[in-house]
Amino acid sequence: MPAFPDILFYVFAALTLICGALVVANPFSRSPVTSAMFLVLTIISMAGLFVLLHAFFLAAVQIIVYAGAVIVLFLFVIMLLDLKEEERRKIKLLGLVGGLISVGAILSIFFKALATVKATADPATKPLEGDTHSLGMLLFNHYALPFEVVSVLLLVAMIGVILLSKRNLE
Amino acid sequence: MQVGLQHYLAVSMLLFSLGLIGVISRRNVLVIYMSLELMLNAANLALVSFSWFNHNLDGQILVFFIITVAAAEVSVGLALIVALFRKRRSAHVEDLTSMKL
Repeated sequence: MPAFPDILFYVFAALTLICGALVVANPFSRSPVTSAMFLVLTIISMAGLFVLLHAFFLAAVQIIVYAGAVIVLFLFVIMLLDLKEEERRKIKLLGLVGGLISVGAILSIFFKALATVKATADPATKPLEGDTHSLGMLLFNHYALPFEVVSVLLLVAMIGVILLSKRNLE
Repeated sequence: MQVGLQHYLAVSMLLFSLGLIGVISRRNVLVIYMSLELMLNAANLALVSFSWFNHNLDGQILVFFIITVAAAEVSVGLALIVALFRKRRSAHVEDLTSMKL
């Protein structure tokens, strides 16, 4: 009988992978809206995995930023563009072969790396909590400069988006 | 069997490969963008699990920055897609071949 967190891990991992596969290739629908909805499910189950790893703050940020903001942005754009259903086009042989080769190559590298992972010490002996307090202490003590740089990056992105979405770009 | 670092890394690896398959095989720019998000999330999962199994919070800080940068990237990318759609009336990568020789 495995421990309860282990069962939760398998549940969340299966949910993440199944919903992720349905984002990429849904046999029932080719509409981008369906992909966006399954992306929400993927992200929420991934937040569950974050909670299992005691990254509580990141789980909350994941749900608020990804499931809240990013997906809503995606849905806005999908509705703004009023896309037609993606029709099945003929898949080019060269693209198929190239894709399979690159995915296979990356998977083989990953498997090689995975085989070298050593069994680490049990984290329960020295628990590490990724809660808001400890993360905030680290963020504002050691990572204050990157934090400020990221805020400038967000400002730049905002200005860029406003400029790009103006109707007549001259 | 005790769930360890390998299990989390395997999930992350499979999710990354799924995202890569999506980027290569889908023809809709929006779905390609969603697959990119999937790949970023896979990297986040790997970083958080390394952080937990190495008793080090730096990985979670990195994930925090990745999420911020990903949000900025999505907003700029979607603005580009909207601007492109206004010019070409299409969001299919096969219709966007003006840079082809």
